[in-house]
Amino acid sequence: MAQSATLATLLTAEQVSKTFPLSAGGEQTVLETVSLTVAPGEVVALLGRSGSGKSTLLRILAGLIEPSTGAVTRHGIALHGPNPDVAMVFQSFALLPWLTVQENAELGLTARGVPKETAEKEAMHALQMVGLEGFEGAYPKELSGGMRQRVGFARAFVMKPDVLMMDEPFSALDVLTAENLRGEISDLWEKGSFPSKSILLVTHNIEEAILLADRIVVLGTNPGRIRGEVRVDIARPRSKSQPRFRALMDHVYTVMTNPEASVEEAPTVTVKQPKRFPMLPHARSGGISGLLEIIHDRGGREDLPQLANDLRLEIDDLLPAVDASALLGFASVAEGDVTITDIGKEFATAGVHRSHEIFKEQLLSSVPLTGTVLRVLEQKRDGRIGKEFLLDILDEHFSDEEAEKQFQTLIDWGRYAHLFEYDADEERLYLAEPEEDGAERDSPAAV
Amino acid sequence: MKLTRIPQFVAGLRGESESQPSFSAADLAVGLGTLVLLYVAARVGAESLVKFSPPDVIPTISLDPRNLPNYAARSTLRMFIALGFSTLFTFVYGYAAARSRRAEKVLVPLLDILQSVPVLGFLSVTVTLFIAMFRGSLLGLEAAAIFAIFTGQAWNMTFSFYQSLRTVPAELEEMATLYGLSKWERFTRLELPSSVIGLVWNGMMSFGGGWFFLAASESISVLNRQYTLPGLGSYVASAIAARDLHAVGWAIVTMVVLVLLIDQLFWKPLVTIADRYKLELSAGEERRFWVVDLWKAASLPALFERILGPSLHAADRLLSNFTRVTPHAERKQTSKTADMVFNVIVSGLAIGMLIAAIRFVLSSVGLKEVGHAAVLGLATGARVLALLVFSTIVWTPIGVAIGFNPRLARLSQPLVQIFASFPANFLFPFATLIFIRLGIHLNWGSMLLMALGAQWYLLFNVIGGAQAVPNDLREMATSIGLRGIRKWRFLIGPGIFGSWVTGAITASGGAWNASIVAEIVSWGNTTLKAAGLGAYIADATATGDWPRIVLGVGLMSVFVVTLNRVVWKPLYHLAQTRFQLS
Repeated sequence: MAQSATLATLLTAEQVSKTFPLSAGGEQTVLETVSLTVAPGEVVALLGRSGSGKSTLLRILAGLIEPSTGAVTRHGIALHGPNPDVAMVFQSFALLPWLTVQENAELGLTARGVPKETAEKEAMHALQMVGLEGFEGAYPKELSGGMRQRVGFARAFVMKPDVLMMDEPFSALDVLTAENLRGEISDLWEKGSFPSKSILLVTHNIEEAILLADRIVVLGTNPGRIRGEVRVDIARPRSKSQPRFRALMDHVYTVMTNPEASVEEAPTVTVKQPKRFPMLPHARSGGISGLLEIIHDRGGREDLPQLANDLRLEIDDLLPAVDASALLGFASVAEGDVTITDIGKEFATAGVHRSHEIFKEQLLSSVPLTGTVLRVLEQKRDGRIGKEFLLDILDEHFSDEEAEKQFQTLIDWGRYAHLFEYDADEERLYLAEPEEDGAERDSPAAV
Repeated sequence: MKLTRIPQFVAGLRGESESQPSFSAADLAVGLGTLVLLYVAARVGAESLVKFSPPDVIPTISLDPRNLPNYAARSTLRMFIALGFSTLFTFVYGYAAARSRRAEKVLVPLLDILQSVPVLGFLSVTVTLFIAMFRGSLLGLEAAAIFAIFTGQAWNMTFSFYQSLRTVPAELEEMATLYGLSKWERFTRLELPSSVIGLVWNGMMSFGGGWFFLAASESISVLNRQYTLPGLGSYVASAIAARDLHAVGWAIVTMVVLVLLIDQLFWKPLVTIADRYKLELSAGEERRFWVVDLWKAASLPALFERILGPSLHAADRLLSNFTRVTPHAERKQTSKTADMVFNVIVSGLAIGMLIAAIRFVLSSVGLKEVGHAAVLGLATGARVLALLVFSTIVWTPIGVAIGFNPRLARLSQPLVQIFASFPANFLFPFATLIFIRLGIHLNWGSMLLMALGAQWYLLFNVIGGAQAVPNDLREMATSIGLRGIRKWRFLIGPGIFGSWVTGAITASGGAWNASIVAEIVSWGNTTLKAAGLGAYIADATATGDWPRIVLGVGLMSVFVVTLNRVVWKPLYHLAQTRFQLS
């Protein structure tokens, strides 16, 4: 790497990894050898599902977290401690409730010892830029969510940082406000007088990434790692209705739903990932059956971006249900479209009793862990096993938090399938009582 | 034109108009009030510097009611000085415990233990110390009294501050780090404001607890000597010794007035201002209070703000520059070996001190005495239990009835708060008289006395708990016909369980503490004594029997801490996990 090239980047992460110790011993890798550069004049989006370590990566680049291995450099100098060249906009706005809008906006400058008059002038200018003129004396609790985030932006603008970091800045806002604010930020960037040299955006909203970014860095899950980059070569201003936009959406959805697909649009070299312990997608049984019914109602095949848009769902809400349906064999996903399978159709149209049965069959054949649990339950004399038994297995592959979530999902599916029951007080699983003969109840007349 | 502003953490009450000051009635009230306050404080403070040399010249208490305002002022001054020290202690101790992992391991259990040591235990140790330090002036006694009151106030506030520091939202912390706030700025802009509400409410509760030990702190009967400070507490003590029922009555009236005044002029305004520092950003209705409104309407405060502004601002900047956070040159590795060494040293010290204390006690009084004291402890514990059961049976239904009726609840909350603040031991003389006349043994009577102070906490919390039961659940219960015992079993009981536990913990702690003044009471020459650990400690303190003091205080702490771990913590955990309403 040439010397000039290094100096041209604002921020670089080299082979950065982050691990956390697991309570069951061993370590959980949140980020695995990630290398990333941010050059001046570009908008970079970090796109990934929840658990992909994107927020952790952002915080490592901001100097709030130390990487376990690897290094972060800014302008070629190694970074230790908080990065003075960046400013962050937070998901939950992070405003101090007892300071006025003006005082919040000035906070960074005051902390640097900038004289009062200068700080006030700069803050006023930034507040004008975000359209909050006249609100200097208001307190955060008097403002709507969108206005609070504008204060967050103003506070960051005032610092004139090299890189403006945004951690899912619009996800706590309602859809209309988010679109409005997103558009304004985009406009500001296009005008060319943006207060920072580049933007680093963390998001789980595919549409947002394509709308704002010059390149999208796609992160994989478990462990977090960079799967690849998508160049967004659409000219600004961008519109969702442009065919190129839609094509990119499809491509990214495909990538996100297929952990083995190659990210670059060059034709397929499917990168085979080493087998990892199967991770259950975090979807509830109700969500799965709801999704399948909707797909079935709409003809059996759906374009994922369209579905997400119509249902107003983010990928973190929609994709787990899609993944779960695919895992259980109820649907198949290809090229950004989801198609219901025959079994899925049967499931979506069956009555209550029959749908439980179908779910049970699919669950046993697709998720080996349930088979193991059932066998153990049947072998034990008292037919019960404690939660600890399952958590021990899960703890070896997931962090405590994730293991608990996996457990809850397993219990939810197992209960729906009438495979086993769970007593939350005693924290024990036991075999389900055989159901009464539900055949009559499922006759078409009864439904 | 922008005027220089005081850093926001000082200016809690900005007037709406920053224009030309115009004098109004509000100014008169505020100005006059402040002047009067300052004069009283100065005058009363000066009296503390009067020379005295024990044990010859002891200031005497006159039972003439006309002295009451003076005595009341002196007691109040002591209370507020103790509050000031408590606040300082809270910041230092709480900050250390929250910011240093190693310190936390020692400081938090230590706080637990300190909370359970009875106030009188501290007193006996420190009184001679302070008198020796301030040879020749009354200040020594004052210091001991203030210290005693401090030990009744500080622990609760420290816990609250420590908890607030630990629960600052992560994003606000990250924001403060990233935007380069200095340690001083972090403390004044983030950590202190987010703990204000907890501090004010806990301060209010603890302050009330301080009144309870006024009599014990001002009329110190320690090591076979009697030291008396002029004050409301010692007034009552003298009245009891002189069998003057009228004097006691006057003292009660004064106490009521005092509690009301402090509540109106100090605590209510603080609570109103503290509302500003709520962490959840909901635009709820603002709390209004007449004192705060008066202050805002006056232009004098704004004038002071303008005068003091620049210097306070400069001080803020200076402190900020001193406490800049420099990015560390190398990564700080948390060394496991250093941790282990620290743990070993601390455990070693703790065990060493424990062994020394046990040997001291055993060698001086023997195992049989320990057994005797333990049995007494069980007796006191039985009383506390009976008191809790009684309070639950009587006050829970009443509390629920009040809590379910919004208007009643609004009216009664401040009343119950005041009952909780009022030192019940001022009413003890009347009860004692009744006991003597009716021949009731203090073994039973002390339960009533302990209850007088402690049961209000239970009532207060149950009312709050009942208010928190969501309306939907109550409507649902009515519509499906859930009534009577079933309603209690399925809705009300579980719904208020968490609040009941909180109230019971506070009441229990208060009852243990109260046992020291409730199990041994006197009227004139007649002294009633109950069989219990409280009486044991009180006796030992009065005669200066060191081994017995250590034994009694130690045993009481062991009892309280054990009960906390074995009974209250699990119940509280149960309430948090199983019976959460949200």
